[in-house]
Amino acid sequence: MVSPTTMAAVRASGAIPNAEYLLSAEGVRKEFPGVVALDDVQFKLKRGSVHALMGENGAGKSTLMKILAGIYTPDQGEVLLKGQKIRLKSPLDALENGIAMIHQELNLMPFMTVAENIWIRREPKNRFGFVDHGEMHRKTAELFKRLNIAMDPETQVRDLSVANRQMVEIAKAVSYESDVLIMDEPTSALTEREVDHLFTIIRDLRSQGIGIVYITHKMNELFEIADEFSVFRDGKYIGTHASTDVTRDDIIRMMVGREITQMFPKEEVPIGDVVLSVKNLNLKGVFRDVSFDVRAGEILGIAGLVGSGRSNVAETIFGVTPATSGTISINGKQVNIDSPNTAIKHRMAFLTEDRKDTGCLLILDILENMQIAVLQDKFVKNGFVSEGALTKVCEEMSKKLRVKTPNLSERIENLSGGNQQKVLIGRWLLTNPRILILDEPTRGIDVGAKAEIHRFVTELARDGVAVIMISSEMPEVLGMSDRVMVMHEGRVTGFLDRAEATQVKVMELAAQ
Amino acid sequence: MSTNSAAQAQAAAQKSARRLPPELNIFLVLVGIALVYEILGWIFVGQSFLMNPQRLTIIILQVSVIGIIAVGVTQVIITGGIDLSSGSVVGMTAMFTASLAQASTWPRALYPSLTDMPVIVPVTLGVGVGLLAGFINGQLIAKTKIPPFIATLGMMVSARGISKWYTKGQPVSGLTEQFNFIGTGIWPVVIFLVVAVIFHIALRYTRYGKFTYAIGANVQAARVSGINVESHLVKVYAIAGALAGLAGVVTAARAQTAQAGMGVMYELDAIAATVIGGTSLAGGVGRITGTVIGTVILGVMTSGFTFLRVDAFYQEIVKGVIIVAAVVVDVYRQKKRKT
Repeated sequence: MVSPTTMAAVRASGAIPNAEYLLSAEGVRKEFPGVVALDDVQFKLKRGSVHALMGENGAGKSTLMKILAGIYTPDQGEVLLKGQKIRLKSPLDALENGIAMIHQELNLMPFMTVAENIWIRREPKNRFGFVDHGEMHRKTAELFKRLNIAMDPETQVRDLSVANRQMVEIAKAVSYESDVLIMDEPTSALTEREVDHLFTIIRDLRSQGIGIVYITHKMNELFEIADEFSVFRDGKYIGTHASTDVTRDDIIRMMVGREITQMFPKEEVPIGDVVLSVKNLNLKGVFRDVSFDVRAGEILGIAGLVGSGRSNVAETIFGVTPATSGTISINGKQVNIDSPNTAIKHRMAFLTEDRKDTGCLLILDILENMQIAVLQDKFVKNGFVSEGALTKVCEEMSKKLRVKTPNLSERIENLSGGNQQKVLIGRWLLTNPRILILDEPTRGIDVGAKAEIHRFVTELARDGVAVIMISSEMPEVLGMSDRVMVMHEGRVTGFLDRAEATQVKVMELAAQ
Repeated sequence: MSTNSAAQAQAAAQKSARRLPPELNIFLVLVGIALVYEILGWIFVGQSFLMNPQRLTIIILQVSVIGIIAVGVTQVIITGGIDLSSGSVVGMTAMFTASLAQASTWPRALYPSLTDMPVIVPVTLGVGVGLLAGFINGQLIAKTKIPPFIATLGMMVSARGISKWYTKGQPVSGLTEQFNFIGTGIWPVVIFLVVAVIFHIALRYTRYGKFTYAIGANVQAARVSGINVESHLVKVYAIAGALAGLAGVVTAARAQTAQAGMGVMYELDAIAATVIGGTSLAGGVGRITGTVIGTVILGVMTSGFTFLRVDAFYQEIVKGVIIVAAVVVDVYRQKKRKT
């Protein structure tokens, strides 16, 4: 075993041992209380290649990634960096050994400039020992030129878009002269153009001999950018293949271990009367003149780029940010929705876009998470909660939604993204809604759970619920909706019926 | 097959381990501290620390006022807030309550026409003034969105000012027998325990409790789930204020007088008891049972030092260390849970 410091020294001397694989892991096992997260897993990253990790949430790819990045240490097995056994003690340790990780949640300091963020801890100093801002600016500009990024190094990070923050993270990782770059779903918040830019950068890095570990749920990205991919399922290694050798269906089969017969189980259900009618809704500075109807049993998809105001419309209808003007009517009666509380009283439900920020009560258990919305009117007598009855319905709901957990007293933060989302859906179904707003219901969720969630939504529509579904994933919008409303820069740019809606038509309206 | 059953056994063991109440750790700390004093007692003082019912009674009696405050503070901290005003509110309510509890036999009554009032009047006034102070805290925090630290810091300073202004710094004495009775014997302890039981039940079994935890865990998610966060926070701070007011009543009754300087630093003792009892300052986690044990730990510590004839200066130094240690342990526990 070579100590990390020795490796760092070897790297610095330039005498890098030549090995076939940049980074590899063998027989890795990692256990957490109650779960085996990884069991005898292997992984091999070639020099100058993009290697995708695929698998449902909870398959173990995040755990493996965290082991490679020095966040976790494996219980068994070993990690080899360029053929040398290495035991990484911390993310910093990994970074100094040329392994950089770009997290899904970006870790930048909002009140510091781009340059300061990139060179933090390694600021160039002048001869008095103070930070040399001129030099730092120059080095950043040079780095950006190399990566073809157009950005002022002196901008404060809080003023950047999510895509630009992502670019800063990548530039930071590259600035460490890393040999291995680990990217965790880097495109989840990017527009198509930004994704293209990112891919150009990735290809460029690849041609420089850097190895990239790429985690994604998006199948088309796999075919576009990855050279190889490894599939994991339930903490076990399933296999590694070149991405040119397989089809989409092959991969899905490997990931779920079963055939997914129908991705979007859309059912034609009788469409009833108008339940929700929105007229000339405005939220000053955010969106204007939004009007639409949703009928019982109908699924209205809302498409549009990030920042088009889709989520804001949903938040306004649900009373999170009440409208500045316009009307909302439910079953023909005009209502004044000034808070989520009022919205719930009108039997509305709202699954928010961001599970962590506005959905989960992370430190509380599944039961507490599921019951919180229904406590507004049911299961409470003189202020006391009827625990027994409530626990029973929650158990039934969690069984119905197939939440994978040993028991409901598990903390929700220990569940995978898909299971967390099911718990949150359960939270709203318990309130028996007639209008259900879903904002990115399947973002960051594995294929299996995704199909299940689509099935629940279809069932709800069949039961006469009016559904509004916002999604950035075009196939999801097109596959599930009866009608698609497209938004662009705070305005509705058009409606498309199921029959006429195509990817091209939606994009035309969304990008204009 | 054998590995399977072994795994099941392990899972079962873990399950039963999880069933242990989280207060057990804190309770063991309490037992540990008591035993240390017991041993040191025999070595240095030549007598038992624990085998002295009178001492044990005094311990609980001394901390019951802190305990009453801590029950309110625990609820505030579970929402992710803090209340720095409780000590000053104790002083302020002690003054107000005493001013309506004076006996007609006392020559210098503040309101000569309002002497010999039935006990319920000064008690209601004390609790009511505390409730009002807490209500103002809650309104400030909910409406102006200023941090609870600042809102309650303002109340802490102003309430102390009011207690001095009320009698221009003069103590209020000559209280009625009936009023003083509240502070005699075991009564403060009874009040403390009744309050603890009521709010233990409220936090565990009522909607009020569920919402309190939900707000502390994720205020945005709580709001989207239909909880009226603002009005709930006002309730929580008002309850904390009312409990501080009750503590003020008990303090005045125990001392049989009221002074503007009463309750100084009580807020910090109450926060310390809460934190030692396992309530997380990050919000969303905490129990009244833990706070009760935390309060007793504070009492045992103080009493033990006196018993060992340790200088008061050292007492404060060690108390500070123990409070910090409790939080360090809490942070460490949370870290361990995450990896």
